[in-house]
Amino acid sequence: MDFTFTPEQDALRQQAREFLAANPEPTWAQLAELGWTGVSVAEEDGGAGLSFVEEAVLFEELGRALYHGPYFATIGLTLPALPPELRAEVAAGETSWTLAFGPLVPDLDTAERVAIVGGDGIFELEGGEREVLATTDSSRPLGVVRGGEPGRRLSDSGVLPEVEARSQTALALEASGVARLALEDALEYASSREQFGKKIGVYQAVSHPLADSYTRVELSRSLALWAAWCVATGDAQAPIAASAAKAYAGESAVWVCEKAIQSLGGLGFTWEHRLHRLYKRALAIESFGASGTRLRAEIAASLLEGDLSGPTELQDSVALTRGG
Amino acid sequence: MNLRDTPEEAAFRVELRAWLEENLPAGLQGHRGGATRFEGPEMRQWSRALCEAGYVGLTWPEEYGGGGAPYTHQAIFLEEMARAEAPPHVGVIGIGMAGPTIIAHGTEEQKARYLPPLLSAEEIWCQGFSEPGAGSDLAGVRTSSTLEDGHFVVNGQKVWSSFAHIADFCILLTRSDPDSSRHAGLTYLVVDMHAPGVEVRPLRQITGEAEFNEIFFSDVRVPAENLLGDVGGGWQVAMTTLLHERGTLGFALQAALEVQIRKLVALARDRGADPLQRDRIAREWIELQAVRYTNYRSLSALMKTGMPGPEGSISKLVWSEANQRVTKLALEILGPDAALGEDNAPYGGYWQYQQLRSRGNTIEAGTSEVLRNIVAERVLGLPYSR
Repeated sequence: MDFTFTPEQDALRQQAREFLAANPEPTWAQLAELGWTGVSVAEEDGGAGLSFVEEAVLFEELGRALYHGPYFATIGLTLPALPPELRAEVAAGETSWTLAFGPLVPDLDTAERVAIVGGDGIFELEGGEREVLATTDSSRPLGVVRGGEPGRRLSDSGVLPEVEARSQTALALEASGVARLALEDALEYASSREQFGKKIGVYQAVSHPLADSYTRVELSRSLALWAAWCVATGDAQAPIAASAAKAYAGESAVWVCEKAIQSLGGLGFTWEHRLHRLYKRALAIESFGASGTRLRAEIAASLLEGDLSGPTELQDSVALTRGG
Repeated sequence: MNLRDTPEEAAFRVELRAWLEENLPAGLQGHRGGATRFEGPEMRQWSRALCEAGYVGLTWPEEYGGGGAPYTHQAIFLEEMARAEAPPHVGVIGIGMAGPTIIAHGTEEQKARYLPPLLSAEEIWCQGFSEPGAGSDLAGVRTSSTLEDGHFVVNGQKVWSSFAHIADFCILLTRSDPDSSRHAGLTYLVVDMHAPGVEVRPLRQITGEAEFNEIFFSDVRVPAENLLGDVGGGWQVAMTTLLHERGTLGFALQAALEVQIRKLVALARDRGADPLQRDRIAREWIELQAVRYTNYRSLSALMKTGMPGPEGSISKLVWSEANQRVTKLALEILGPDAALGEDNAPYGGYWQYQQLRSRGNTIEAGTSEVLRNIVAERVLGLPYSR
């Protein structure tokens, strides 16, 4: 058992953080040049042949940077449905995708092509109209597609559970990056702002909610990375791990942002400070796809009516069925 | 990153699982814990069996009777014990706190004398740290020790001392310099609980039973060779003990929570749960997984760097509050039957007992208030509150 990142994965995170700090609004071509659009694409298709664990590192960093572009829609949502030759185009930065999985389609303003689910397959949408809707979080626009025809068949709809696990995990990772930065903002403020002659971080009414925020951030991260490993290795636990991670990390990011806003007082409530943008992304993640309530209802059903009678059965599948 | 067992870990797990199936007495499986778990000879026999099979002190050096195994084996041991619903070894304080402190600070003679009977549960240990005037603020310790012709003479009172009524030895924090204050002038001793002048008075708890005690020391003569560390250096030794209390606890707590949630799921299957209760069951299951993988992250850091990751500091805080919620939820699922007690209660009163006992979880081994201060100040770097 080893739950640490490799030096290469740590270096990728470092690269991502520095690049996104210097380039807060990167183009798709820039991301392709960095190799980010082909991380898990096979080497023979022009990708790096790595896994979702490396993409997980990028999702955390892109969440933290409130990146606005089609990375989630392409890599987090549509990629499993694309045949190798189209993955190669993605890796090369020639195109980007989004998938109309629900009525509200993410990144519709920036994604070049649209995939739709119909019958037993996933198809490229031909024709049709796109309308990008106003959203509270302007960095993650949603839209609707109207009309159009199913064009080229991309894959069988059997890939949908993988799409779901991957996208939920990507959102949980983004949420963990968002929450971490909100916590850092609150810590910086509580360590410098003085009232009543003391740094406000001295007061436990301020510091204890931040300690709880840290707890939420770390628990979110543990779930999101567990789910990422499951997705990367095709583990049988991937769907339930992704549901757990999305439910917990989505709600926790909202909670952590709210504590951060409170810690910064009036400043946290301003348009000027970035906290409101982090908060709005957290809210967008929480509401996208399945809510925490619905995901927990599914988990409860598998615990109480399904094959899972308790948590150790999951552990067994890690330890024994797949052990060694 | 690889969350599967290595071949060696898988082999250890399989062997342990088979051993537990073969050796765990049916009467001890699913034991509710609490005071009754160290009454009577069965638990001592069970503890000795664990020791003889090599499962106690797994990560301790082999020369002191340990297994010399990596920390991952200890994690697997605790997971499998939880899966089998096997009660832990009775020497909780000895194995978790006294033993590691003796390994770190003891002389060779002390290690040879104390460690083997501690592992085999022939001798039980207790901890004498807290006092009526020194709880969370441990540096306020006043129990005195005075060196007189080859003995420390100990006077004072300790409180909240679990296992003291069955203990053979106590790890005792004393003030050896009467003119000192706070962290200076403290001395750490090993005290024979059967020595003249030691008096133990059990304290009855919210559950009606007595797991912890007051200990009174009246001119107790402790041989000078029972010193651990240096005279006046007791604070540093005590920090080793507390580091182990809070540091190696994560997997044990996770294992305990896993048992509770298995039982909670079984209860909900048995008695039914409404949609709101089902939501809360799922929440608790998710949080258990979060604690598990947080422990894995901390453990992986420990294996790689020799230091547990900072995220490990939240395990006890999260577990204690989770256990309170889980046991309360179980009572809600029981409905009006939750009011019944003892033998009249469903499932032998398991949940009624667990719920009351859980209120101690946020107080014992570091209150949640102190643990939040530790996270705020030492992990997050916020300014010190005192």
